[in-house]
Amino acid sequence: MTDETGPSLAPALEMRGITKRYPGVVANDGINLQVRPGEIHALLGENGAGKTTLMNVLYGLATPDEGEILLDGKVVTISGPSDAIARGINMVHQHFMLVPVLTVAENILLGDETMANRIFLDRREAHRRIIELGRRFGFEIDPEAKVGSLSVGWQQRVEILKALYRNARILVLDEPTAVLTPQETDEIFGVLRRLAAEGHSIVFISHKLYEVLEIADRITVIRRGRVVGERLPSATDEDDLAALMVGREVQLTVDRGESHPAGVVLEVAGLEVRDDRGQPAVRGVDLEVRAGEIFGIAGVAGNGQDELVEAIVGLRKPAAGSVRLAGKDVTGHSPRMMNEDAVAYVPADRHRFGLILSFPLADNLVLTSYYRSPYARGIVRDPRAIQRDAVTSIERYDIRTPSATVRASTLSGGNQQKAVVAREFDRDLKLLVLDQPTRGLDVGSIEFIHHQVIAKRDAGTAVLLVSAELDEVLEMSDRIGVMFEGRIVAVVDGRTADKNAVGLLMATGGEERPPVPAATA
Amino acid sequence: MDLTPIINGLYGIPVVGLVFQLAGYLVSVIPQNGPNIMQQATPLALGAICGVLCERSGVVNIAIEGTMLAAAFTAWVVGVAIQPMFGTPNPSDIFGITLPLLIALAAAVLVAMAISALHAWLSISLRADQIISGTIINIAAAGLTGYLNQLISQNSPAGAGEFARFVPPAALTNLPVIGWVLALLLNQGPISISVIVLVVGTQVWLFRSRWGLRTRAVGEHPRAAETVGIDVIRTRYRNVILGGVFAGLAGAFLSIEATNSFQQNMTAGRGFIALAAMIMGRWTPIGSFGAALLFATFLQIGTLINIAPPSGQLGSIMAGVPPQLFDALPYILTIVILAGVVGRSTPPAADGQPYEREAAT
Amino acid sequence: MSAPPSPAPAQARSRRSLGARAWAVLAVPALVVILSLLLGAVVILGSELIVTGRKFDPWLWFTAYAALVQGAYGSTDAVIQTLVYSTPLVFGGLAVAFGFKAGLFNIGAQGQFLVGALGAVIVGVALADAPAPIAIVAATIAGIVAGGIWGFVPGFLKAVSGAHEVVSTIMLNYVAVQLLAALVSGPLKVPKSPSPVTYDVGNAAFPIVIGATGHIGIILAIVAAGFVWWLLFRTTWGFEIRSVGANPDAARYAGMRPKLLIVATMTFSGALAGLAGTSVLLGVSHSMTSSFGTTVGFDSIAVALLARSNPLGVLPAAVLFGSMRAGAGLMQINAGIPVELVDVLQATILLFLVASPVLRRLLRLRNVEAGITTAAPSPGLGAGTAP
Repeated sequence: MTDETGPSLAPALEMRGITKRYPGVVANDGINLQVRPGEIHALLGENGAGKTTLMNVLYGLATPDEGEILLDGKVVTISGPSDAIARGINMVHQHFMLVPVLTVAENILLGDETMANRIFLDRREAHRRIIELGRRFGFEIDPEAKVGSLSVGWQQRVEILKALYRNARILVLDEPTAVLTPQETDEIFGVLRRLAAEGHSIVFISHKLYEVLEIADRITVIRRGRVVGERLPSATDEDDLAALMVGREVQLTVDRGESHPAGVVLEVAGLEVRDDRGQPAVRGVDLEVRAGEIFGIAGVAGNGQDELVEAIVGLRKPAAGSVRLAGKDVTGHSPRMMNEDAVAYVPADRHRFGLILSFPLADNLVLTSYYRSPYARGIVRDPRAIQRDAVTSIERYDIRTPSATVRASTLSGGNQQKAVVAREFDRDLKLLVLDQPTRGLDVGSIEFIHHQVIAKRDAGTAVLLVSAELDEVLEMSDRIGVMFEGRIVAVVDGRTADKNAVGLLMATGGEERPPVPAATA
Repeated sequence: MDLTPIINGLYGIPVVGLVFQLAGYLVSVIPQNGPNIMQQATPLALGAICGVLCERSGVVNIAIEGTMLAAAFTAWVVGVAIQPMFGTPNPSDIFGITLPLLIALAAAVLVAMAISALHAWLSISLRADQIISGTIINIAAAGLTGYLNQLISQNSPAGAGEFARFVPPAALTNLPVIGWVLALLLNQGPISISVIVLVVGTQVWLFRSRWGLRTRAVGEHPRAAETVGIDVIRTRYRNVILGGVFAGLAGAFLSIEATNSFQQNMTAGRGFIALAAMIMGRWTPIGSFGAALLFATFLQIGTLINIAPPSGQLGSIMAGVPPQLFDALPYILTIVILAGVVGRSTPPAADGQPYEREAAT
Repeated sequence: MSAPPSPAPAQARSRRSLGARAWAVLAVPALVVILSLLLGAVVILGSELIVTGRKFDPWLWFTAYAALVQGAYGSTDAVIQTLVYSTPLVFGGLAVAFGFKAGLFNIGAQGQFLVGALGAVIVGVALADAPAPIAIVAATIAGIVAGGIWGFVPGFLKAVSGAHEVVSTIMLNYVAVQLLAALVSGPLKVPKSPSPVTYDVGNAAFPIVIGATGHIGIILAIVAAGFVWWLLFRTTWGFEIRSVGANPDAARYAGMRPKLLIVATMTFSGALAGLAGTSVLLGVSHSMTSSFGTTVGFDSIAVALLARSNPLGVLPAAVLFGSMRAGAGLMQINAGIPVELVDVLQATILLFLVASPVLRRLLRLRNVEAGITTAAPSPGLGAGTAP
């Protein structure tokens, strides 16, 4: 196949007819992909479309059932990550594959160590090479810094350095911008362009249309495990890509209608909260959420959002300040008391905090109300009432499950989150607190949950929404508070908010100063 | 200058004086007992190194107790069995080494490695709960050694022989302060004397070598290690089995160096105290060795108070305390220290979690 | 992934016949016991070679096992005696199983057993001449409370400082042994006795209700198993305990109080183990020597593991190990095999049990819960959700 991009080079990487089946699902169905030397090639698809599986096949983490991989025109078999690395393929995973307690140098060396002799590492030589590599791509990095103390943006640079240290020719980045601010994203894009200019091939996996249009030289779209189209950025637009990706015309923005805010429900004043290590994480937050409005909190992960939310719902004792609910002081109340006061909470990590995966679905649906009538009389549970209401919830919230008695672990991610939503939404609420309610879900489930949230708002519930996805905050919120280093640095109108302005606030807190010099600390 | 009047004055103060008397007693007995404290510390430190190697790679090993017990039994029983084949061997001048003793030591280490391999197989390959796997090994070791010991003692066997202690020259041990430390470290048998070398060696090994770097990565974030081509499963197997070597040395120490006998359940919880020392030493060999010395001091004091009780007012009070209380002291202290330090001491992040290479196949 | 998961396994499970389900539940434990007996036979034959001056008898293993069975079930009295041996194992097995359900490993059943018996003997001796109902109830409560305290301490330490219950309960086992020795050879000792022994509990002894030795503790044990089952699976407390065991974070987020539940669970577990000690003291020995009860605590762990932490499964598992203990004496007399062989059998049963995934693969059993793990399996690459 030839096209208009000039002299035909042999693809640096070609994947032909890749098929990978898992029990009950075909994750990849005859996928073809060609990446040329020096090209930034975007792989676009929604969550669950099969992008990650394809890259795991390339990286030797999964064995394809059919198909072949060609490097520089030659068929190769990749038996594992070390094999992939040896062939110049490196991967930056969506969840960084860095060891937080090890130093930058140790993380970079790991698996491909620079040795002083057969047993011991040559740290001096390694440090020298790391600093030199960093400078070549425009940043100063301290090889002795603990990775866990670096900001997310810097951790990503460590990941890229790790690949370059191994002389990567093909670099795969899986959703690299998911946790970055727009400014950090721009910086990483700069690094990627420089890499491509030096002849590296880059596979850029994303589901964000505008990013793909900005960075890619070519775009391959996959849906439900199949390639559904290939585009050049110059010959397409967001609507076209969205239609390809989802398979139908979709509304890119949620139709949230007008909000009709009433009285103040949640009132937080001067709140200070410490994190698990006893360090101040929330440093004096004031905010108000009214009945019938969605208040979104935008911010780079780790700026105190989790601690703020946990203090509001009673999981963490505040060090100072107050939380008032409908005029009543509820500072330091337990989660159970908050729940009794008609406060619902959807935690960020449904596997860890939202569900007990080994329990039946029905038990998970009563996880916060098991002790109340009709599910218990005194301390004796009523299995029949639990089962009856579970069946009702399954229907009302469209939870796809064979029955209410299967374990929660057998459900798909979207249906698990619907179960949490069903449990928390299915009563009259004063306040609804949502932490990353749609992370990692498919488009259908996201739409469903967003509609449920708006329905709650329109029913007069005050909604506090925290998300690391700036897009979600912008789409859903009536008002937006930007959180930076434990403070709300600005509150803006959700309808008129400018994405770049909010991004700049997230990155800098709004003050004129250079970016955080994390790695030199 | 004669301090006696001052000391007597301090001892005479009501109530507080008792504290001074206790301090005086400890100051007088601990230096004399340096080598004995090291004897107590040896199995604890070796067991703790075994724990460090396992847990740094992400495998919880509470089978150290059982591994030590089985190794102690093996060393003794092999020594007993092969001693007659060699007639009466001449012990060598240094450490009283004989061929049968070396064979017994090697057998103990091999058995300990085999038991560790079993624990590795159960907890790494079968992904059984690691604490349950360890407990079962402990029960099995106690049961099997108890049963065999019953059978063998029907034959009333002769001893297995034992290693002798090295006697450092008096010129060294008479040096002020340093002499005391040298006596503690050097007036020992071969296993005990090698502890300090093994501690420093494993410390450097863990933090400066490739093996060590990979081990720590596998214990903290196995998936990250796998993505850079490290074989998580193999790394864990290697560490657990290598850890067995140290538990084997600890066991052999009990039956052919510290004593010349095997008694049922002779480890008496040392494997678990070793784990406490490992936690207190924050999963480093040197830290564990320090903690082991502390625990050993209390084990030794319990013994001392029973055999050489303090005199004076303190002595008369202690005479009224049941001796079993002093025997229980090290165990109580382990609980107290564990409760006190554990909050400030973080285990490797993936400790105790089984690793699965590719879940859906 | 947007496709609903396949409904096949759940429906298949309910459609399977009773026989097939019983096979699925019992096949592994049964195979494990048979394999252990086979291995035990090998150990018996091998150990013949160790002891010198004895003629090699290739049928010794059969003699030994026959004596074991005869000792446990050879007569009505033997059967009752087996039940007596099984009684403390039921209480102890329930104690350990109850802890497992909350994600706690109570290896301290041994210490709680001893301290429970101590509590019972102290109050029992004091009330030896009081009216029997008062003496029995008071001594039993004392045993329960004493065991509960011994369980409370590690639970409290875990909740407050995070000290792992495995190490602290083991240390408390050793402390309990010394405490018992100190009291029995000190304040509780019969003054003129040559060896350390306490007075008899007199009226506080459990009444005999079956045969010559079957005390009321046997009935109490069966009731306790039913009660623990009801508590775990039919009450909100049990739901909270199981939630904390399965996912403490989610339990906390749902408004439960994991720390309180940890303390409560360890206390209750200790109380059950204390009841085990009480049942031996008030039902069998009636007084205490310094070598009181040596194996019940560790047998209890074996019982709980074999029962897969199911309170009702504890009953047959306890009877199995109780039979071995009951028959071991006759085995030693008839075959000259030390009673410690039971420890070996028990250990091999546990080893085969923990290796049961391999057995299950051999038997081609699917869709059966993992045998012996308490921890939830860690999510692997692409597990749960489709990649």
